[in-house]
Amino acid sequence: MGLAMQKGGSRSEDRLLSAILVVAICLTLAPVLRLFVEGVTDQGAPGLSLAAEVLSQPSTLSALRHSLITAGLGTLVSLVLGSAFAFLVALTDLRAKAMLVFCLMIPMMIPPQITALSWTQIMGPSSALLKTIGLAPPLGSPQPLYSAEGIILLLGIQHMSIIFLTLRAGLRAIPQEVVEAARISGAKGLRTWWQVVMPLTLPSLAAGTAITFVTALGNFGIPAMLGIPAGYATLPTLVYQKLAGLGTSVLAEVSVLAMLIGAVAVVGILAQRFFQTRQRVYLVGSTSRPLAIPLGAARLPVEILLWAVVCAILVLPMFGLLATSLVPAYGVPLRLDTVTLELWSEVLFRQPVTTRAFVNSFSLAFGAAVVLMILCLPLAWLMERTPTRLSRVFDSLLDLPYALPGVVLSIAMILLLINLPFTEATLYGTIWIIFFAYLSRFFAVMFRPVQASLKQLDPAMGEAAQSVGASLFQRLRDVILPLSAPTAAAGAILVFLTAFNELTVSALLWSSGTETLGVVIFNLDDSGETAMASALAMTIVLVVMGLMALIQLFSRRFPKGVVPWQT
Amino acid sequence: MADITLSSVGKTFAGAPALKDITTRFEDGEFIALLGPSGCGKTTLLRLLAGFEMPDSGQIRIGDRVMADAQAGTMVPPEERNIGFVFQSYALWPHMSVRRNVSYPLEIRRLSRADIATQTDAALAATGLRDYADRMPSDLSGGQRQRVALARCLVSDPGAVLLDEPLANLDVALRASMQAVFTDFHKRTGATMVYVTHDQAEAMAMADRIAVMDRGRIQQFDTPQNLYECPKNRFVAEFVGRGTVVPVQGVERTEAEVHARVLGARIAVQSGQDSPGVSHVCLRPENLTITETGDLRAKVARVTYLGGKYLLETVADCGTRLLAETRARFDVGAQLGLTITTPWAFLED
Repeated sequence: MGLAMQKGGSRSEDRLLSAILVVAICLTLAPVLRLFVEGVTDQGAPGLSLAAEVLSQPSTLSALRHSLITAGLGTLVSLVLGSAFAFLVALTDLRAKAMLVFCLMIPMMIPPQITALSWTQIMGPSSALLKTIGLAPPLGSPQPLYSAEGIILLLGIQHMSIIFLTLRAGLRAIPQEVVEAARISGAKGLRTWWQVVMPLTLPSLAAGTAITFVTALGNFGIPAMLGIPAGYATLPTLVYQKLAGLGTSVLAEVSVLAMLIGAVAVVGILAQRFFQTRQRVYLVGSTSRPLAIPLGAARLPVEILLWAVVCAILVLPMFGLLATSLVPAYGVPLRLDTVTLELWSEVLFRQPVTTRAFVNSFSLAFGAAVVLMILCLPLAWLMERTPTRLSRVFDSLLDLPYALPGVVLSIAMILLLINLPFTEATLYGTIWIIFFAYLSRFFAVMFRPVQASLKQLDPAMGEAAQSVGASLFQRLRDVILPLSAPTAAAGAILVFLTAFNELTVSALLWSSGTETLGVVIFNLDDSGETAMASALAMTIVLVVMGLMALIQLFSRRFPKGVVPWQT
Repeated sequence: MADITLSSVGKTFAGAPALKDITTRFEDGEFIALLGPSGCGKTTLLRLLAGFEMPDSGQIRIGDRVMADAQAGTMVPPEERNIGFVFQSYALWPHMSVRRNVSYPLEIRRLSRADIATQTDAALAATGLRDYADRMPSDLSGGQRQRVALARCLVSDPGAVLLDEPLANLDVALRASMQAVFTDFHKRTGATMVYVTHDQAEAMAMADRIAVMDRGRIQQFDTPQNLYECPKNRFVAEFVGRGTVVPVQGVERTEAEVHARVLGARIAVQSGQDSPGVSHVCLRPENLTITETGDLRAKVARVTYLGGKYLLETVADCGTRLLAETRARFDVGAQLGLTITTPWAFLED
């Protein structure tokens, strides 16, 4: 054995950490930085004149107003629905909680354009479901969801899971002794809730509200499907429409709009961080046994009510979607003699666009999951083992591409990749720009669970291997990788799931030949092929629920904090 | 040869010194215990020897190799030091069987398949684990897990074995039997062993020499017997064994003996030949005899039954608390007389 001497504590680890960190920073933070530079310059020179011009246009102002109204009121709907479910599930003795939680997570996992599509199928004059039961409004009457109220309602339903999750996590952190002490002092029922539980959960409720607002603000699928037919533009749809129109200064203009959305979003993200740090203090005690306040005679009615709500917001729209996908043409009522799988086979096997989209979405999602896994596993471990100042800064910023609205990231990606540095080549219009955008956007989806599991890994595991002579690579391969493999797999499935359904990023980055499934559903519906869109959407819903069930099945084997709906 | 030499080794964590100017030498084949309260720097010292941490000052040599040199900024990484490390949490790899856990160090060294098998079997046999070779670590008890950890570190024939509170997670009965396992292991391999513990009984039972540490420094490095009978300062006197440290006055040194006034009584005290003077004595229970006529009057404040004898916590008239042992039972509040016989005296600055 050679007497190899090394500079510093562990040079090979430091070198690898720096190398991966550079790649990760290029992927995640460089686009955001590039957008910022574009926003504060005007044709290459520093200046805010273009920004001022775009910001004072009436279309910008009305879109900003619409965005704030729909996101704000949508968050309110999420807040009411999500917190009611969270309090009841986390604090009381309801039965079948796991099933309820799983069902409440589905809205978050179903892509927004499919939510919008499914809801329009249970309302309006052409609904196959309503026609079947003879309740359809007369032809020519308006679709009630094509309105601000429709957008607000669906944004609210889409994002109630976020409120539900954060609040439930906050409630679970409350030691039961706190509630027991209140009851022993004589506080009863709602009084315990109002005077003890509520004050302790306010920070997590506020954090959840802030992040819901940011997500609703960045939502593209719902306002695009419901708002564009009604002529009601929000900021993300305005960016989409501007980018579709041609013009010399379009890119610079949409960059300003993206900066505007980004600025509002950053305020929300900062608010969320502030409340999250507030929540961690003061709570000491065992949280092993979950709270279960008996509801007594009210239990059955409450259970019926909750499941009725789940039915109304989840099952009913899915039936609408299914009904539409089973009729031969949009507008035909579903009867025994009209039911057909014709459109399913058309969309799944015959349409070249949909097959291409399946291949594109599958390869993009799969590729992103694999690359991110290879990148995140060593990075998370090294950042945990030998943190540097740079890695700490990166740790606090890496959520940005995921937290920022997809529109913002897409514009940033276009700016970064439209002219590759030092070459004439461009990635715009190729599938690679979507791929890099996915890597950037879903980095946090992969990184955070892996990081959570490695934090719980005894550092002695790696040190024991080191003390018996294992090199850095051997330690990663033989100890760290096998021990964090389940988590990495769960993270990869999550990345796959989110990327497979993704619309916002690809809607701005696709071109002919690089369509994704999200884009195809959107375009089919846009061109009037609603029934085919429904069949395709139904297929995706089935894939999503299958993958979610797969994660659920193995959830016991994952460390805490890996499965997003099991906090 | 695996003697370990440290010269002026220091380590600072976030501005707070964890180790200060440690200069010492562990001989080849010695069983060394690092003993001290939590936060004294003993685990830091061990991790420096293993190479998990880099010293901020000084030099560490194992055998004739310089392992770390703060001035040159160089160090040999842990994986090239050929040392064994036994962790408090055992650090068995949960995804490998007992056999694979033990054979892994040999796989790293690229031994032939046959050699790996024979050496692994030998290590498993030596730790009494032959029947458990195909189990997973999660199916083992605490004591068995600790033996796997020991087998894993024994298998590659390390020059030195470092143990970080390996028995802290075991129950009392198991600790005693594992102490025997460690002592046997040491006798058989003749490896230099450095053992970190906060339990003085454990250190006394196993170690050839004990380094008592406090606030980042080695306070005294000596055999267990010397530590107990001839403590160098107040910290060692109070940390090792039961004892009360009291000041002395009117020291008179003659050719043969040293006399001093302790708690008002003039008595003979022992001290080191070369000690420049004495200022305090350490009063252990065996230095105190209970006599009705004893000139030191004290009142019993607490009685603890130790099995076969009682430990009396008494308060002398001057307010000093003294510990005495007796086979007879006394009640709390009883008055008694104490006689002090030849306590150990040292110079405390």
